[in-house]
Amino acid sequence: MSKKTRTRHSKSVVVDDGKGGHISMCLYIAGNAPNSQLAVTNLAAMCQEFLVGRFELEVVDVLTTPLRALADGILVTPSLARIAPGPAVRIVGNLNDRNSVLHALGIT
Amino acid sequence: MTTKKASGAAPPVDKLATGITGFDALSHGGLTPGRTNLLIGGPGAGKTLFALQTVVNAARQREEAGIFVAFEEPVAQIMADAVGFNWNLAALVKHKLFFFEARLSPDDVHIGDFDLRGMLAMLEAKRQSMDARWIVFDGLDVLLRLLHDPLAEMREIYRIRDWLAHNHLNALITAKADSDLSLSVQQDGLQFMTDCVISLSRRLDQGVPLHRIQITKYRGSDFVAGEYPVSFGAQGLEVGGPESREIHHAASTERVSAGFERLDTLLGGGLFRGSSTLITGVPGTAKTTLTGKFAEAACLRGERTLFVSFDEGAEAIQRNLSSVGIALAPYVKSGLLRMYSGRTEAIGAEEHLLMIKALIREHQPRCMVIDPLSAIAKAGSLGTARAVANRLIYMVKDERVTVMVTSINEGDDSQNEATELQVSAIADSWIHLSYLIKGGERNRALTIIKSRGTWHSNQVRELLLDADGPSLADVYTAGGEVLMGALRWEKEREEQDHSLARRADFERKRAQLEVAEAETRVRITALQQELENQLAELKTLGTLNDARVVSSGDHQTELRRLRSADRAPRAREDAQADAITKPRAGSGASKQADKA
Repeated sequence: MSKKTRTRHSKSVVVDDGKGGHISMCLYIAGNAPNSQLAVTNLAAMCQEFLVGRFELEVVDVLTTPLRALADGILVTPSLARIAPGPAVRIVGNLNDRNSVLHALGIT
Repeated sequence: MTTKKASGAAPPVDKLATGITGFDALSHGGLTPGRTNLLIGGPGAGKTLFALQTVVNAARQREEAGIFVAFEEPVAQIMADAVGFNWNLAALVKHKLFFFEARLSPDDVHIGDFDLRGMLAMLEAKRQSMDARWIVFDGLDVLLRLLHDPLAEMREIYRIRDWLAHNHLNALITAKADSDLSLSVQQDGLQFMTDCVISLSRRLDQGVPLHRIQITKYRGSDFVAGEYPVSFGAQGLEVGGPESREIHHAASTERVSAGFERLDTLLGGGLFRGSSTLITGVPGTAKTTLTGKFAEAACLRGERTLFVSFDEGAEAIQRNLSSVGIALAPYVKSGLLRMYSGRTEAIGAEEHLLMIKALIREHQPRCMVIDPLSAIAKAGSLGTARAVANRLIYMVKDERVTVMVTSINEGDDSQNEATELQVSAIADSWIHLSYLIKGGERNRALTIIKSRGTWHSNQVRELLLDADGPSLADVYTAGGEVLMGALRWEKEREEQDHSLARRADFERKRAQLEVAEAETRVRITALQQELENQLAELKTLGTLNDARVVSSGDHQTELRRLRSADRAPRAREDAQADAITKPRAGSGASKQADKA
């Protein structure tokens, strides 16, 4: 799997353990705002536990690339978008309910 | 630092006009720069329109860019709704207005708390890129409600407040007013953070929507308190506002014809330009005919005229008026006269007002007719209709249009001159038409009840309609009763007969007198002759006497001379002394002489 082109202001974490069921996501955060940091922590833990080796995650900091977020149609932070597989799914909030997040992303 | 300055104590600052008719007067100039304004009200009250109109006006009139954040309605919907106004929104969107679609999709999954930090960062970037001065948060309550937590709502409200202050934006936040207690925290917070709170309301008044606006709070500024009516026109929202407190219609001394000469005479020379005239009367008293004549006269002068009628088609009115010699069709054809016929059941008074406003803007008339104005009271409550009728008349006068409106006075009493709409108090002239039933006839009577600033006749006149148009006839009063129609005609004939008889009588008397005079003259001539004869006789007698006296005096002088008794000079004196004593002797002598 080729690595995704990175935006200058975004942090991308790409892990591939070769197990298939690949998920591509984008998390929009607002710097170190509490809800944003919570979302990063919560998502990272879930990925570690359930998606090792089969996810692609781009973290976009809206504070540094606001116009990108605007173009992506993001409204509030934190927001998590599942880009692939389609159809697109968007989760709004700090992702503090693991089961709901996994269910929404289709990982169970 | 600068933030503090902007939000801190501000000495009198030039306000930013919203360009919303009436509101800038209510707020004594508009909105304070760099402040946050809250528009609160129920659904359909006009919050979104007020906010959008303000930023549109700022962009069009002062080249100030703005961002419109739509939390509730889709941007496409807002744009579509605004097409009806003459804002040219599409052109503004390219350069001066940015619409931000800020609706969370119903498909979005909500897991955990979120905040607006990211959104504000995006908006700030946009503000900088387009140098925006204005921002609208339309339907902020919709987004806040998704937080499901009053504390989180307050947190975000404070976040927005700080962000607005930091960015020195002129802000407008709209939020639905809600009696729900759970939302009161949010509303309190919004009210607290905003410098100016404007309440908009929409309520149904007997099935007709009624819009109102009220400034409930305005920090650092005085404002006109109280609720004011709101209407929607081509420019958007309009406030029928405090301008009506002070009336400054220019008062013209120019007279225009009320339709025909005799009526003008009754009005002391016609109607004042820009004045309002009310014609009242039960159906069939020729109110429309009078207004038609007025409109025709205006068109004859070459003045643009607007004829608004209700529940009767323009064609029918033209046809009916042509039967009394009033020809409007040529002017309609030439475009000088605009005739509009509306239906009354469907819409309320406020809409009628807007429609008439739009017509005035479109046609730019100098004279206009609304026939009947009372039609606007058909739908909705009378109170509203009265208010609208008043506003309508003031509005028309503001436009310096000479207006004639009719009103049907309803009820059983046909003599009742009070009007349902109570327009009579503000109308400058009031002509009342009534029927007088007498001698098996109904006749139309015209009275001028009032005509401000001018002498006017206080007499009742009979209004006659024939193929040459309306005219007025003097009425006869007999035994304290006004006579019209056939009775008036009879009375006229009677008067005519009387006058003939009197004339004949006079002629006869005159002839008699002439005869008498002639006789007298004859007598005078005869007497004169007699007098002259007598005088002549008297004269003759006098001459004879003198002759006698002289001859007797001469006689004595002669005697003395003959006796040589006296000297000559004395002789005359003696003669004179003798003359005194002698006449008796002389007369005796003359008698003797006569005898002799």
